[in-house]
Amino acid sequence: MIKTVIESIRDTLRQEMARDERIFILGEDVGVLGGVFRVTEGLYETFGPDRLIDAPISELAIIGIAIGAAGVGLRPIAEIEFADFIHPAFDQIVNQAAKLRYRTNGDWDCPLVIRTPYGGGIHGALYHSQSIEATFAHFPGLKIVAPATPYDAKGLLRAALADPDPVLYLEHKKTYRSIKGEVPEEDYIVPIGKAEVKRQGADLSIFAYGMMLHESLAAAELLAQDGISAEVIDLRSLLPIDWETIFESVRKTNRVCIVHEDTYTMGLGAEIGARIAEEAFMDLDAPIVRVTGPDLPGVPFNEIGEQTFLPNAQKIADAARRLAQF
Amino acid sequence: MELASQLLPIDIETLELDMYRTMLLARRLDERMWALNRQGKGHFAVPCAGHEATGVGYALALDPAHDHLAPHHRDVSALLVWGITPRDILCHFLGKAPDPASGGRQMYAHWGSRRLRIFSLSSVMAGHVPHAVGVALAAKYRRSSIASSRGKGDNSSEEHSPRDDALTVTWCGFGDGSSSKGDVHESMNFAAIHKLPIVFCCENNGYAISVPQKMQMAVENVADRAAGYGFPGVVVDGMNPLAVYECARLAVERARCGEGPTLIEAKVYRYLPHTSNDDDTRYRTRQDVEHARARDPLKTFRAQLYTEQLLNAGSEAQLERQVGEQVEDAAAYALAAPELSAEDTFKYVYG
Repeated sequence: MIKTVIESIRDTLRQEMARDERIFILGEDVGVLGGVFRVTEGLYETFGPDRLIDAPISELAIIGIAIGAAGVGLRPIAEIEFADFIHPAFDQIVNQAAKLRYRTNGDWDCPLVIRTPYGGGIHGALYHSQSIEATFAHFPGLKIVAPATPYDAKGLLRAALADPDPVLYLEHKKTYRSIKGEVPEEDYIVPIGKAEVKRQGADLSIFAYGMMLHESLAAAELLAQDGISAEVIDLRSLLPIDWETIFESVRKTNRVCIVHEDTYTMGLGAEIGARIAEEAFMDLDAPIVRVTGPDLPGVPFNEIGEQTFLPNAQKIADAARRLAQF
Repeated sequence: MELASQLLPIDIETLELDMYRTMLLARRLDERMWALNRQGKGHFAVPCAGHEATGVGYALALDPAHDHLAPHHRDVSALLVWGITPRDILCHFLGKAPDPASGGRQMYAHWGSRRLRIFSLSSVMAGHVPHAVGVALAAKYRRSSIASSRGKGDNSSEEHSPRDDALTVTWCGFGDGSSSKGDVHESMNFAAIHKLPIVFCCENNGYAISVPQKMQMAVENVADRAAGYGFPGVVVDGMNPLAVYECARLAVERARCGEGPTLIEAKVYRYLPHTSNDDDTRYRTRQDVEHARARDPLKTFRAQLYTEQLLNAGSEAQLERQVGEQVEDAAAYALAAPELSAEDTFKYVYG
C-alpha cells in the first residue's frame, strides 16, 4: 500500500499499541489534538487517555517519566513536539537514559523510544528546524535512527520498539507528507545499524539520511545527465552507523561525498570522514567532500535565508561534480 | 487505613528497637567508611550521619516487598530496611565488582537494585525525581490498563500490588539542594495532575554543599511549595524516627488509595562534610555543628529507649557488639572483594 511517511508512522503506532499494552505515548498535544503534525491522529479515540497522555509543557519530565516507566517494564514512547525543544531534557537523555544500563552493571535497562520531528524546509526558522543528531550521537548507550522513507519509518519504528535500549527516532518533518512509498501490511523490521544502498553507482558515493537522502537521489539524477554515476547510500541508523556498508561503497567508488542538513563543524560528516580516513585511506582517490548546513546558529525564517542554509540537489550535484573531476 | 494497619509491626517496642538497631548500624557503617577514606582505602565517602532517623522512619512505613524506592543519596538506614546489606554497602563504597548498585562503576551513594525495586541514582541532583514519577505512573497504568488484560499472558505480574484495589507506592527522596531544580517542579506538577501513588520527601539538612537554605530559597519550608501543585505538604522532625514513621504512614496510605502525592519535608542536619572531598569549616562554625548534636537521633532516641526501659547497659553493649561485627565483616569482605576488571569495563553499554 502506498503511504506517506506520516501515515506509515501513525499506522505502525496503531498496530504496535494494539499488539502490546505496555506501549503508551507521552507528549505535548499527542492526545486530543493528535499531535501538532497529526502523527497520532485518531489514536486517542482508540486507546484513550491512559495510553495517549497529553503532557504539560515539561520536556524534562516527559523524558524522565518515560525513563522511569521503561525501567519498570513499560514501553513508553516519549514525543518531543519539535526536536528544537529537546534540550531541557538533554540531561535525562544523555546522563540518565543512555547511562542507565552501564551505570548499573546491566541491572536496569531503558527500553524507551523518543520520537521527535526535526529538520528544516517548512519555514520553521531557528526553533522549528534544527537537526539534533550530532549532538546526541556523542553518547554511547543511546541509539539514533532517521528514516527517510515510509517503508523504513515502519521498519525502524518496530525495531526501536523492540529494542532493549533508548532509541532516538528522528522524523524529518519535511518528509512527513512529501515522501510517499510502498509499505507492506505484513510485519517486518529494518534492523538498527544497517544502511541501505538506494542507488548503485561507480564514480562516487553519496552518504545521506533523512530529507537529504531525497535531495541526494535527485542530485544523482542530475549527475547521471553529465555521465557521472553516483552511488547513494541511506545511512538510516546514525548511532550505531553501518561502517561495513560505507567502507564497501568507498572501496567501489573511491570518492566520498557526505551530506547532511545539520551544521558542518562536528557534524556526523566529521566522524564519517575521520573513520574513512582511518580505515579506508588507501581506497580514496580524492579528498572527502561534505555538503552540509553552514555553521550558523539557526535556519532563518526568511525564504532566501532558509534556502541559503539548506543543502539541496543542486548544491550536492555541484560538489559531486568537482569531486568526480578531482 | 486498612493496609497501613496490616503493615504495622506486632508492637511498638519491636518497632522502636528495629529503628534504633538500624540507625546504629547505619551510623557505624558511616564511621567505618569515613575512616577507610581517611586511611586512603576508599576514594569517596558520602556521610549519612544525621539522616538516619528519616530513612528508617519512612522505610518502615512502606512495604519493602512491593513498593519502590528512589532514595536520597544519604538514605543508608532506609536501604538497610529494604534489604541492602552491609556487605553491599561496603562493596559499593570501595567500587568493587560485587557492588550490586553498579559493579564498581559509580561513586559511593549512587544506589540501585532492580531486584529490590530501588531505582538507580546518578550524581545529577534531582535527576531521579522524574524517574520516580514514571515508576508511579507505571503502577497506576498497570492497574488501569494491564489489569484488564490479565490472563492474556502478560509478563508484568511483578508489579502487582498485594491488594487488588491498592497501588504500589514509590518513595522519592531528595535534598533541599535538589528542591531548587526544575526536575522537581516538573515532576511534582505531573504527579499531581495524575494523582500518582508517590511520596516526595525533601530531607532538608540546611545546606546545598556550602550554600545555606537562606541563599537557596526565600521560604522557610520546602513543604509550603506543595500547595502550588495541589497536594499536601507536611513538615516533620526528621531527627525523630517515630514522627517520620507516622507522617510517612499517612502519606503512603494516601498514595496507596489513589489520592495522590504528598510532599514531606524532613528537617535534618548533616553532621559531617557534604562528602569526603568537602571542607565544611569554610561555611559553618564548629559551634553550629555542636549545637545540632543535641538533636542527634542516635542520642535522643537512645535516651528515649532507656527511659522506656527498652534498652539498658547490658543490651546496648550486646547491640553495639553485634553491629560492630556486621560492620567489620562487611569491611573485610569488601576489602578482599575483586576489582572491576578491564574486560568488564566494556560491558553493558547496550543490551
